Amino acid sequence: MKKLVFLAVCMLASAMVYAGGYRVSLQGNKSLAMGHTGVALIDSSELVFFNPAGLVYLENKLNVSAGGFGVFSNVVYQNETTGAFAETDSPVGTPFYFYASYQATDWLAFGLGVYTPYGSRVEYEDDWAGSHLVNNIELAAIFVQPTVSFKIDDVLSVGGGPIYVTGSVNFNRNLSRTLTDLDGNRSEVTIDASGVNGWGWNAGIMVRPTEDLTIGANYRSEIILEADDADADFENIPNSPLTPFADTAAKASLPLPAEMTVGISYKFCEKWTAAFDYNRAFWDVYESLDIDFADPNIPDSFNQRNYKNASTVRFGLQYDATKMFTLRAGWYFDESPVQDGFFAPETPRNDSNGYTAGLTVNLSDRFQLDASFLYLHFKEVEASYDPYFENGVAAPFSGKYKSNAFIPGFGLTYKM
Amino acid sequence: MKNTFKYIALAAVVALASCEPEFENTVTDEGFYDTGSANLSNYVAVGNSLTAGFADGALYISGQNNSYPNIMAGQFALAGGGAFTQPLMDDDLGGLLLGGTPVAANRFVLSTDANGNPFPAVLEGNPTTDVTTSAAGPYNNMGVPGAKSYHLVAPGYGDASGILAGTANPYFARMATSAGTTVAGDAAALSPSFFSLWIGNNDILGYATSGGSGVDQTGNLDPTTYGGNDITDPNVFGASYTAVLDALMVGGAEGIVINLPDVTSIPFFTTVPAAALDPTNPDFGPQIPTLNATYGLLNQAFAFLGVPERSIQFSTNAASTVVINDDSLTNISAELTQTLAAGGLDLPTATIFGLQYGQARQATENDLMVLTSASVIGQLNADRMAELMALGLPQADAAQLSVNGITYPMEDQWVLSTSEQASVATAAAAYNATIEALAAARNLILIDAKGELAQVASTGIPYNGGLLTDTFVTGGAFSLDGVHPTGRGYAYVANLAIEAINRKYSANIPTVDIGNYPTVQVHNNGGN
Repeated sequence: MKKLVFLAVCMLASAMVYAGGYRVSLQGNKSLAMGHTGVALIDSSELVFFNPAGLVYLENKLNVSAGGFGVFSNVVYQNETTGAFAETDSPVGTPFYFYASYQATDWLAFGLGVYTPYGSRVEYEDDWAGSHLVNNIELAAIFVQPTVSFKIDDVLSVGGGPIYVTGSVNFNRNLSRTLTDLDGNRSEVTIDASGVNGWGWNAGIMVRPTEDLTIGANYRSEIILEADDADADFENIPNSPLTPFADTAAKASLPLPAEMTVGISYKFCEKWTAAFDYNRAFWDVYESLDIDFADPNIPDSFNQRNYKNASTVRFGLQYDATKMFTLRAGWYFDESPVQDGFFAPETPRNDSNGYTAGLTVNLSDRFQLDASFLYLHFKEVEASYDPYFENGVAAPFSGKYKSNAFIPGFGLTYKM
Repeated sequence: MKNTFKYIALAAVVALASCEPEFENTVTDEGFYDTGSANLSNYVAVGNSLTAGFADGALYISGQNNSYPNIMAGQFALAGGGAFTQPLMDDDLGGLLLGGTPVAANRFVLSTDANGNPFPAVLEGNPTTDVTTSAAGPYNNMGVPGAKSYHLVAPGYGDASGILAGTANPYFARMATSAGTTVAGDAAALSPSFFSLWIGNNDILGYATSGGSGVDQTGNLDPTTYGGNDITDPNVFGASYTAVLDALMVGGAEGIVINLPDVTSIPFFTTVPAAALDPTNPDFGPQIPTLNATYGLLNQAFAFLGVPERSIQFSTNAASTVVINDDSLTNISAELTQTLAAGGLDLPTATIFGLQYGQARQATENDLMVLTSASVIGQLNADRMAELMALGLPQADAAQLSVNGITYPMEDQWVLSTSEQASVATAAAAYNATIEALAAARNLILIDAKGELAQVASTGIPYNGGLLTDTFVTGGAFSLDGVHPTGRGYAYVANLAIEAINRKYSANIPTVDIGNYPTVQVHNNGGN
């Protein structure tokens, strides 16, 4: 037990990374193996996240799923005009999830979910070519969601619950392209906020016209994380009233956008199930990352983001191979919310294709081992971040980026 | 079983972590950039302070790192160019010692006074670089601050025992391979495959920055007789330049030569206006009627003597130009004294006026005040006051006649008059003609620094995130000494050279983003 707690703490400390923007679509091993579909799949307590309406249709009285992922992501950058080159050395991200559901009556089920749908962890070499935009960032958000699920009849159910979020962010960048202290060390700032909390909700509806066909829809609300008491730590500042950067408090807010999902699953040829999900993430709420420094001598920092709403389409396939093994595979296309001219290296995400596979091993009647693997492929992209200003003059930061991510995951499912 | 699983897991982690994304063509791959038909395996830069990376009145490590040859070599290396060494100083202060005695001051930093107004201040701290603990050369960067054209071929220029006598240069003495060697000789000993040469600036600059207090030595072919602030004879320049090229090219090296910009477009000459006297200044404005009454007598005398153009008058509603001593004017002290005395002025006063204003005139907008004059204009000249008191004037009267630029004509060193500018321009034109002819004859790249600096001074040079201009402190191109470029200015020079090499040799060498290079360092002494 002690070991488990320790593991959980480690995961809390570094829950992170991936998908469009800083959305991390890794909310269950069974779902991920099928292209992260799940709004219309009645399979496990992963439904707490994907569609709470479905929990009431689960066969067992108690369903528990827990697991995590190792996110191995890399970004390389180059500017062919200047020869600048950089690669990230980001630590392995470890998003995790825990879901439980309990069938109270024939028409009512309760559930609880703890999961990490947003995060980012990117570390460039200090003082790299884009260090005036970011040296490193670590963003984590843990969602806790108590849930109820009602069966209206055998065809229709609804479910949902409130979400409590606790998040943290640590962000470091250089103050400009050239400012240094007397010894040539680049002037930098670290913004650190933890224990930033917020509330939201998750609700879904599920329709089962036939035994083999399921249709689902789910909506997760927007949550704005307001950091009212962040610390701004300035380092390597020249000794001059012309550079009045002293450590101070700061305010900033970061939106975790709403997401709408609709999907369908169909069981065919007895052993096969196909699933299709469509997500729409309402990223347009992320217009700008503004940092309001408490110290009036320090100019506030305005960083335009100008994200747009973005869609993801997902396909998954499940094959019940034997009594022991269930095999899964999937693919998704993830549209980036980043618009031309706003490609900030802290979230260097262009459109991507995700290729997934995985399996479940039925260890016993009660225990299942779930494994999945995601390869996320980004095309090489020529991009720039234009709204960076020095002395009122725009200094776009441009270059080529190429990213990829390899994400293995493991989980356990318990049914009773 | 358990261990096997562990190892497999470990291997998987290592494999995943090393699956880094790759560009179709990565800039770090061999062959992405190339040097074309240029051989950049051993680049040697020869020149003066500009080549050394001198800035803010000193040679210091971070400035050296931003020297244009070092920036160029860094970009050459991306295309397969060779290593580049520099005689780095021992610290970032910039001061230089000779056997423990300071021979060069620390660099300037931009400080603020009690009212928050910025001004260049010498950085405090004890320099550690000593000429006698030599950094034995030769180095790829053979830029020697202070060197003139003929110094590059002067034996003994690196002999430390000649530094105090002025026959040797402390920066060269630090790195000279022997007491008797020459800069050109040490550079040639490196067998350069490619070189750059930017020399000749100091052949006119010393004259210019001293307000023309040196001698124009045109016609004197013996540079050993020259003073530090003299203008070098163009033939001496040409012979020296040719000798340096001969030495560098003995092994067939190709290279770049850079011509000489107009020294008069640098902030050292363009920052302080000749019309520096502001009638709203409470120390000056109320005095104007009295001053004009006194100068009225003088102006009558000037008119009588046929030089009405020398008359002096201060405006009460606009800034007036300072009074200067122009040594190119005929000295009319005796006539002036006589005229003033004849007009009724007592003889002692007439004598003093005659002496003081014999070559005086009011400056025009075309006379260039040097940067350092800012702190003396309108100030009491204590030396002059003492002189006048020695002549018998009471202190109050002596003080009244000793205000720089108002009653006491600005001394020659503070102003580069139009005739002095002409001497500089004539010499510079002759040097540049020589450089151009030699570049053409030897198939060398010629970089037109003169034209480029003119553009910096007129329209500015746009770059990613700003405009490079010659405005002092804020323009970005010039460091706090008003003469030498900043890192950003040097980066611009490096880009000019790289682009020229790319054109001539069909090379593909990346340029730098000059916005990433520093300008002036802010720092107030007394803190960290």
